Amino acid sequence: MDWEALWLSLRLGGLTVLLLIPLAIAFGRFLALRSFFGRAVAEAVVALPLVLPPTVLGFYLLVAFGSDSWIGRTYDRFIGQPLVFSFEGLLLASIIVNVPFAVQPIQRAFESIPADLRDAAATCGMSWWRMLHRIELPLAWPGILTGMVLTFAHTLGEFGVVLMVGGNIPGETRTVAIAIYDRVQAFDDQAAGRMAALLLLVSLVAIALSYALSQRIGRRHG
Amino acid sequence: MAKTAPPTGLSVRFKQPRPIALDLAFSVAPGEILALVGPSGSGKSTTLRAIAGLYAPANGSILCNGTVWFDSRLRVDLPARARRVGMVFQSYALFPHLTALENVMEALGDLPAGERCDRARALLSGMHLDGLEERKPAALSGGQQQRVAVARALARRPSVLLLDEPFSAVDRVTRRRLRRELIELRRELSMPVILVTHDLDDVIRLADRMCLLSGGKILQTGSVEEVMARPANATVAELLDLVYEEARPAANARRG
Repeated sequence: MDWEALWLSLRLGGLTVLLLIPLAIAFGRFLALRSFFGRAVAEAVVALPLVLPPTVLGFYLLVAFGSDSWIGRTYDRFIGQPLVFSFEGLLLASIIVNVPFAVQPIQRAFESIPADLRDAAATCGMSWWRMLHRIELPLAWPGILTGMVLTFAHTLGEFGVVLMVGGNIPGETRTVAIAIYDRVQAFDDQAAGRMAALLLLVSLVAIALSYALSQRIGRRHG
Repeated sequence: MAKTAPPTGLSVRFKQPRPIALDLAFSVAPGEILALVGPSGSGKSTTLRAIAGLYAPANGSILCNGTVWFDSRLRVDLPARARRVGMVFQSYALFPHLTALENVMEALGDLPAGERCDRARALLSGMHLDGLEERKPAALSGGQQQRVAVARALARRPSVLLLDEPFSAVDRVTRRRLRRELIELRRELSMPVILVTHDLDDVIRLADRMCLLSGGKILQTGSVEEVMARPANATVAELLDLVYEEARPAANARRG
């Protein structure tokens, strides 16, 4: 078992959730409540990482983060190290790849809150913040939790994008998924098997949890 | 239609061609119950939502107790939370994850935190809901939910009370009881009350005056007896019939 890779995967998953979920709440709520020109395009862009081959996505991110790009150069100038093949670059890629997993369940959750409840909150004199934290977030919570679980599990399992953007640097970019590939290449099937079983278990628990929660959200508003 | 605004009470004037046609003006005195009656799509719910601040018509004004809530020409549009309205929604719109007590307490935001609970209990008690304070809406009957909604609407000591088809979601027996309670309650109410309904029984038993709406226009305003006995024209008479017809299938369905 490559404990360093496991720790890196857990750190990557946790940080992705921590940084992505607040953005996903803001954007998912926006998509759920506002109708605007180009909404279909925005939703398609959100869903894109679901259908794009990871290598394609990874390639574009590699180009976008590279030292020839505006992002890569700016990062290098301020931080003093390249963005590609670093943990930070991997984290940024992971956030982008996980956008649909976080935004979509949260958007559905906000959509399922009856419009009457927001109107009632307004006529009760509640401020925007109070309405958000007393009414909307508690009602959308199962969807937010689903987004968190899916994002975490998916980050643990992501392979193609990680390999493209991060490579296979121990302690920096080698996640469990990459370590499994690495062990198989080295004919160490036993270690690969143990890590694969662990990922399988984590994914199963995550998906079961998210299904259970989406049923609960259905019941609550049904 | 009153042209000069009374110093107290509510005066409303809306005018817009679309998306929902509105061309109406009316005033409601403190303590008076005005019924907005009309077939589906006549603009009565939109009018109510506009008064509450949940919808802004293209042109018009809302004046409440001398304060401008909305004026398209002066570009004044107070947000719903800044208008002192109490609104009972057709679906009640109770917060499903909060208890009856918490639902009422949410409308008491301008009281000191220590007083909210006692005040909310008193309001619920006033609506005969003692002992049900800790229940969530799903564990309450339709009639009980409606009373929580009324308690919540009254919690802000509103300057205007708006009732959007408040009895449409309950059975006939509950409906009669709630109506009786509202008649009792209104003795204590000193603010203008607007009742949107398409049930003429509600109008006869509760309202002091009625406005008959069609296509966003007021066809006739007057005391209930006056409009019923002397419809201004054939359209009004037909509409009264139509409104009655619309209410009847629902009543029949409830009976069956």
